[in-house]
Amino acid sequence: MAMKVLREVGRKRSGAAWIGGSRGFADCAAAAMGVAERREGGGGTKAVNLFTAVNQALHIALDTDPRSYVFGEDVGFGGVFRCTTGLADRFGKNRVFNTPLCEQGIAGFAIGLAAMGNRAIAEIQFADYIFPAFDQLVNEAAKFRYRSGNEFNCGGLTIRSPYGAVGHGGHYHSQSPEAFFCHVPGLKVVIPRSPREAKGLLLASIRDPNPVIFFEPKWLYRLSVEEVPEGDYMLPLSQAEVIRKGSDITLIGWGAQLAVLEQACEDAAKDGISCELIDLRTLIPWDKETVEASVSKTGKLLISHEAPITGGFGAEIAASIAERCFLRLEAPVARVCGLDTPFPLVYEPFYMPTKNKILDAIKATVNY
Amino acid sequence: MAAASFTAAKFLAPALPARSGAGGDRAPSSFPASSAMRPLRRARPAHRLLAVSSDVLAGNKAAPAAAAAQPAVTREEALELYEDMVLGRNFEDMCAQMYYRGKMFGFVHLYNGQEAVSTGFIKLLNQPDCVVSTYRDHVHALSKGVPARSVMAELFGKATGCCRGQGGSMHMFSEPHNVLGGFAFIGEGIPVATGAAFAAKYRHEVLKQSSPDGLDVTIAFFGDGTANNGQFFECLNMAQLWKLPIIFVVENNLWAIGMSHLRATSDPEIWKKGPAFGMPGVHVDGMDVLKVREVAKEAIDRARRGEGPTLVEAETYRFRGHSLADPDELRRPDEKSHYAARDPITQLKKYIIEQNLASEAELKSIEKRIDDVVEEAVEFADASPLPPRSQLLENVFADPKGFGIGPDGKYRCEDPKFTQGTAQV
Repeated sequence: MAMKVLREVGRKRSGAAWIGGSRGFADCAAAAMGVAERREGGGGTKAVNLFTAVNQALHIALDTDPRSYVFGEDVGFGGVFRCTTGLADRFGKNRVFNTPLCEQGIAGFAIGLAAMGNRAIAEIQFADYIFPAFDQLVNEAAKFRYRSGNEFNCGGLTIRSPYGAVGHGGHYHSQSPEAFFCHVPGLKVVIPRSPREAKGLLLASIRDPNPVIFFEPKWLYRLSVEEVPEGDYMLPLSQAEVIRKGSDITLIGWGAQLAVLEQACEDAAKDGISCELIDLRTLIPWDKETVEASVSKTGKLLISHEAPITGGFGAEIAASIAERCFLRLEAPVARVCGLDTPFPLVYEPFYMPTKNKILDAIKATVNY
Repeated sequence: MAAASFTAAKFLAPALPARSGAGGDRAPSSFPASSAMRPLRRARPAHRLLAVSSDVLAGNKAAPAAAAAQPAVTREEALELYEDMVLGRNFEDMCAQMYYRGKMFGFVHLYNGQEAVSTGFIKLLNQPDCVVSTYRDHVHALSKGVPARSVMAELFGKATGCCRGQGGSMHMFSEPHNVLGGFAFIGEGIPVATGAAFAAKYRHEVLKQSSPDGLDVTIAFFGDGTANNGQFFECLNMAQLWKLPIIFVVENNLWAIGMSHLRATSDPEIWKKGPAFGMPGVHVDGMDVLKVREVAKEAIDRARRGEGPTLVEAETYRFRGHSLADPDELRRPDEKSHYAARDPITQLKKYIIEQNLASEAELKSIEKRIDDVVEEAVEFADASPLPPRSQLLENVFADPKGFGIGPDGKYRCEDPKFTQGTAQV
């Protein structure tokens, strides 16, 4: 499956660099920064790929908050995906350091660091390895503020992890575990689709006063290149973005899957089907209003994600929209997702929700 | 056997502080005197750091002690060891070639340089003994007896591979040879091995189904990075608590992708973690197959007699990068050349020739035979068919048709829409 390089497709946002929103930022720790005053410096943008955008965001995060730390396996030399290049040299080994191979330890350690008022930016080398950390994240990170009655919180926690298929990753370098975390009240899950989104969303996630799990689509680390503002900017969490306007059907996705959905939109347009494409960006808490408005307009919904279909996050969206837009829906909500098998080693293209599968589903839904 | 009384003398507790005590400690007297070899002991030179890293190389004038007389080994044994190591080396070299030609895909981790550990341990095992490994598992599978053609076909993703193409490089399993995998996730195999060891002990003591040799042994291989993982410690505890017939073998090659063991571990001497849990901990030069074999013999005998687990730290080195995608820029050239000079195959060859166990020509003929085996494996793998597409849905559950019957009365997995991802599950 050819991956198109994501350009600035359908970015309907105005040129303003800081897309402020009152949600989530009003109670940002004041010490963190005069973020409200921070605007895009100088207006310059540069074409960079995803890992460079993430790297820029980390540089800025460490620069602006002296109590932020980046750690994980192999981050010292730059990380296996080069996202942490230059950080150790610039900020020193006390703030950017390698951990031993113990995900559970890394997560718990990060929670402790965050609980004492620091910004802990932990990297889990592949999302497939996040499961030993799952206990700490679900049982500790998500519940810290709640069960201590706000005596303590680990809002400074951000977990960054590459997720998703990469073409040859096999069982343990390709998984999409976002659904597991979406089921946990107290955590936020954010997934960017492109370099510009990644930098803004990552900075917002780091500065958000809640624990955030930031999944980066590893397939796009090198492939996706976009003009990214060079300065400090943030994108709002819990706001979905309509990246392509249409009238016949609403498509929802996140991360790398959006590129596939976009190709499907182009092909569907040739058949006269006008698709509206929404990037959810934050999976939990997700922007129900935007999706509801879109489905009320089109009357049809298709959700696509790489994770297996049963119990995937698409199920939550489908159920919520069915509840909210029942009378407006003209066809059942379609989900085009991975199969209900472990991520396979061979025949990965047949497992994945490819453009053709999506096209078929679009046509089936529109012609229902 | 009578319950071993828990006295400190029974165990090779390290003399604390670590600097005291050179290599002269004797093993507990429970080891049978019939063992003609030196008892299990720590091969420790006087300096504290045993794993040689580039930092240590700089300050260390004395080379690690390797002057002890080599234990005797018969001609047949020596040739068997030689052949196995050459097979491991040639197979991995061929893997690299095939990878760069695009016949193999995904993440491939090669074992070059560490052959002595695999050969030294696994060649002493019998068929019912189990081996559990990591993602660097091709050679463990080969040493345990999985045919080279099965492993190569698995790497090519073909239906004739040992896992029918579903596992790939990092997941070599073989039921007839009791190879329990192949784990991409570090540390995940160790509890699995512990469970297998429990099963062996149960078979022997409760079901009385064991072989006359004693308990069936399980060996868990893993790396230095894994020795910092929680699962490792949990299993050390369980194995010693229940006196399981398991050997924990740490292949300490000093690097976990790009993290130096010395910078990631509070006490880099991993063997010391054994006595902390009550089991013997041994350090051995993993570049010398005869030394490894010595230690392995003792550990396996202990396990067979029901005396419980052993932790073995083998100092070894991987000549290639972490995986074929790793540029391997972080390791210093002097460290690499230090270990390249201790190539286990070269050392064994030298030993065989010097001890007149075989001639140069015989060794060459072994190498030639192995070349043919590996070539044949590639041809076999090339000629093998890819698995059918339906294999994507197989083996998720026990029932091969495990997704049940659809509303149309047919098996769901046979519904063409099923593989299109649009069918209802």
